[in-house]
Amino acid sequence: MASDLLRLVTAGSVDDGKSTLVGRLLYDTKSVLSDQLDAVLRSSAERGLADPDLSLLVDGLRAEREQGITIDVAYRYFATSRRTFVLADTPGHVQYLCNTVTGASTADHAVLLTDARKGVLPQTRRHLAVMAMLGVPGITLAVNKLDLVDFDRGTFESTRDEFVAHATSLGYREEQVTAVPLSALAGDNVVAASDRTPWYDGPTLLEHLETVVPDRRGCDVGFRMPVQYVLRDGATDYRGYAGQVVAGEVSPGDPVVVLPDGATTTVVEVGTPDGPVDRAREGEPVTLVLADEVDITRGDLIASADRRPRVDDELDATVCWLADEPLRPGARVLLKHGTRTTTCRVLDLPTRFDEQELALEDGPQELSLNEIGRVRLQVADPLPADDYADCVATGAFLLIEPNDGNTLAAGLLGDALSVMASGGGARDD
Amino acid sequence: MSAPTTERAATGVAVLEAEAIHILREVAGEFDRPALLFSGGKDSTVLVHLAVRAFAPVPPPFTLLHVDTGHNFPEVLRFRDELVERYGLRLHVAEVQDWIDRGAVRERPDGLRNPLQTVPLLDSISEQRYDAVIGGGRRDEERSRAKERVFSVRDAFGRWDPRRQRVELWNLYNGAHKPDEHVRVFPISNWTELDVWRYVAERGIELPSLYFAHRRQVYQRDGMWLTPGPWGGPDDDGELVEKVVRYRTVGDGSCTGAVESDAATVEDIIDEIRTSRLTERGASRADDRISEAAMEDRKREGYF
Repeated sequence: MASDLLRLVTAGSVDDGKSTLVGRLLYDTKSVLSDQLDAVLRSSAERGLADPDLSLLVDGLRAEREQGITIDVAYRYFATSRRTFVLADTPGHVQYLCNTVTGASTADHAVLLTDARKGVLPQTRRHLAVMAMLGVPGITLAVNKLDLVDFDRGTFESTRDEFVAHATSLGYREEQVTAVPLSALAGDNVVAASDRTPWYDGPTLLEHLETVVPDRRGCDVGFRMPVQYVLRDGATDYRGYAGQVVAGEVSPGDPVVVLPDGATTTVVEVGTPDGPVDRAREGEPVTLVLADEVDITRGDLIASADRRPRVDDELDATVCWLADEPLRPGARVLLKHGTRTTTCRVLDLPTRFDEQELALEDGPQELSLNEIGRVRLQVADPLPADDYADCVATGAFLLIEPNDGNTLAAGLLGDALSVMASGGGARDD
Repeated sequence: MSAPTTERAATGVAVLEAEAIHILREVAGEFDRPALLFSGGKDSTVLVHLAVRAFAPVPPPFTLLHVDTGHNFPEVLRFRDELVERYGLRLHVAEVQDWIDRGAVRERPDGLRNPLQTVPLLDSISEQRYDAVIGGGRRDEERSRAKERVFSVRDAFGRWDPRRQRVELWNLYNGAHKPDEHVRVFPISNWTELDVWRYVAERGIELPSLYFAHRRQVYQRDGMWLTPGPWGGPDDDGELVEKVVRYRTVGDGSCTGAVESDAATVEDIIDEIRTSRLTERGASRADDRISEAAMEDRKREGYF
């Protein structure tokens, strides 16, 4: 029963067969049930196809079916006897890059696709840069449509070598990146090993995904818990602070600080849904009871007293801009960080990431939809924060439009952007 | 009294539980008047258990809301009321029949009442001024649900616009909305049918008896076994037969079918689902068979 869970993100370029690959994974792991398959067989027949078009399994909304493209992130679920998978399937078009950011933000592993005939494309490099910036701990390149290059070993190996070289220049270690030669259409090396690639002795894509261990750097910043909700019971004077341990661990007796105010106290009890425990670790929901009467509300951060985050009202960050209206210096927006929402002002926009050249451009006037750039922000209330590279949960934030509440940007504290430009320039499409 | 928790922490179900508890606490923190949709079915029963665990030792700060089609199975309604009683929760019931009697909703020629729930749901949300409505929808259920957010904003008419969905990153859920809008929240988005049953097994959660194999008088319609009730019975050329069946989903009696099964325990059901070749909706929901985009269309109008 102790199967574990791997969160995947897939990304590719247009027409590299990603829907077919995802359909193939679902079909070959028997995650497609007969009524879904009947619907695909019917649709395939209506379109005059001889074989079932597995990409139809992952077509979502009516508009997407009509246009034959994926617009939005779709989540798929499949399981083997070894592992459960949650797969965020993101669109291939360049203009939907931020959907890839969305899928990658929670991923343990990324599967990037490329067409064997085309090799490593600028879109592949763009996606790789996004994965590196977000800290996705492992990447597999699926070199697809190998049947169209006659299962040629040299084609695969040169693509793989170029990919691995590019990934390592972005900071990945070689053991974090893998490439698999496959044909999603015919099923070679997706789930079952192919006899048409006798020169390949590595795992199939699914075998790799079943066994890969997410090589996270880990949040080595000390204990962190944003307060989600204060539990009070008037009858017993109980007062507990509910939240999730997002970094480090916590035990009764630990000295903690409540930020941004800075009051210090001691943990008396670490409550969980199963009762009090000796110690709770990263990812676990807890309810802390503290020794002193401290004024604590939702939005505060409880942290190790001896390893505190910095508390600042000016922040350097990288943002991925998600709104139609461009971002310009001077904008006033809401900033959501942990469980706190505050007001902020954009002071400066020093750098923009040029996704065509994969280089940094200084002094842009604005950031438009799907562009990534560095910003300098001033927040109304000082924010207890770590760099995203040190701790995702206390280094990530959203920018929100104050009038309609829409999410404007994904933000990463610290200098996340320079990672993206370290992989060298792009080639032409 | 202390117990180590690390053995559970690595398993998939524990990760999914932690995610759901985080989401439920975010709802409590971000909204003024949250409600939790509770039908007595397995998914919403799991939600209630998660809510109780998320806020223990204090009761969860949610009102339960049930839109009752009037065609529910009596054992499910009994189960619903017992659970509410046991945990000392508040339940608000919107009876579809009241809307029919007032002429605000009209019976459909096919007699299905599931699609009729949308208007009473939206009316209840605005009358009770709920700003967040928590539901047991899962992304694995159906393809339009695969694109649903965990926090999903509905406009002043309760409608879902898949083209205007907010991106959702990390575990930062954006609950901001305008005064006449509300947010639907799906804490078990990432659970599959099998995960739900594994959790039921692990936590020893009680469910209505009709989820488990039992003998029942049923009749066949469109390839599904239905129970006779106020919604009707077999056609002229149909007949009642006794079968050993169970329900994979529990909803309106007029369109929820039983499946032939001898799975009498939670463990039997887990084995059965592992080897099943039909989705739970395909096997047991007539309302999803109407068209390829039946769920997408209902969701756009404001359905669960």
